[in-house]
Amino acid sequence: MCDHCGCGEGAATTLLNLQTGKETIMRHRHDHPHDHDHHHDHPHDHDHDHPHDHDHHHHHHAHATSPGAVVELETRVLAKNDALARENRAWFTGREILALNLVSSPGAGKTTLLERTIRDLAAELRLFVIEGDQATANDGARIRAAGAPAVQVNTGTGCHLEADMVARGLQELRPSAGSIVMIENVGNLVCPALFDLGERAKVVILSVTEGEDKPLKYPHMFKAAELMILNKLDLLPHVDFDVARAIANASEVNPAISVLQLSARNGQGLDGWYAWLRREAANVREAIFN
Amino acid sequence: MHELGIARNIVAIVDEAAKGRRVVCVTLEIGALAGVMREAIAFCFDAVAAGTAAEGAKLDIVVVEGRARCQACGSEFATETLFAACACGSHHLTRLRGEELNVKSMELMEAA
Repeated sequence: MCDHCGCGEGAATTLLNLQTGKETIMRHRHDHPHDHDHHHDHPHDHDHDHPHDHDHHHHHHAHATSPGAVVELETRVLAKNDALARENRAWFTGREILALNLVSSPGAGKTTLLERTIRDLAAELRLFVIEGDQATANDGARIRAAGAPAVQVNTGTGCHLEADMVARGLQELRPSAGSIVMIENVGNLVCPALFDLGERAKVVILSVTEGEDKPLKYPHMFKAAELMILNKLDLLPHVDFDVARAIANASEVNPAISVLQLSARNGQGLDGWYAWLRREAANVREAIFN
Repeated sequence: MHELGIARNIVAIVDEAAKGRRVVCVTLEIGALAGVMREAIAFCFDAVAAGTAAEGAKLDIVVVEGRARCQACGSEFATETLFAACACGSHHLTRLRGEELNVKSMELMEAA
């Protein structure tokens, strides 16, 4: 329950520490007075001390007033998120932690790839996971079962993770120096492209059960990513996915993008992914002195 | 709908800078390639501004067209997509303009 309005938890961003079971409410989706024309789809099971008596304000803009002082702001809209992301980045760098922001459509296989990676690299690399989903701790529980410490961020109605959620997640997760922090973003190829979390790189996962034109349909994400993983290669004989076309599309949007092809299910191509991780982790250890 | 979150950020920036004064107009600068829907921003702005210094304020959105410089041949040109190739065929471009997402200015109500 939210202190300000008593709304149900579905509207809030919550953080669940899967090691301790501790749950924290991070912020409320409506951090402003209850506005007028939004539709509450969560139960109003609370005592409001402020009645919902606002009128719909139909653009009664104050055009009639004489022009007043113009104040130049020249502020980037996402300046606050970017500043927090820079803090996260510095925090990671100082601890020689490789932080990756994993993005994809829902169902492309982010969690399965992480499970497999955690199991295969258990003896070699320490992995920590921040799981982002709108709701449920299912993915966080899968990561825990695979053997890595995890925190689950539920964004409620939010469609992406933001830098402050990652900062809070790190406070709970306490990743060790020299480790890898995998931030599994909310399954969505649109919004996560805009919100820097402080990661070293975005890794976009595209599965062969999707369309090979996704890089062209969601150019922002593929442009922002350093690596594209083509997943579910084991299903290739059963689908009409043109691998060469998909790679050409990704390169058209982002000529610098690296591409790896693999199947998290049957293990094909995973060596390339692990080599990429080892190389990036080594680069992070060097970066602190550069 | 990241536009809702973006609208919240816009209102927070304006509300903080207004220091209790009323805002009649907010001017945004949004690049054509910024990845946000201007209509959605305008829609969310009205809702989010309620109860703040920007309540009822007019929203002016200045669209910045995309421009890029080709790393291969050096020519500069307007782009309507993030990945349009240069006339010379190269996809290696330096984005010059078009990804802006800024609160440019605000107009305050004249003190009575």
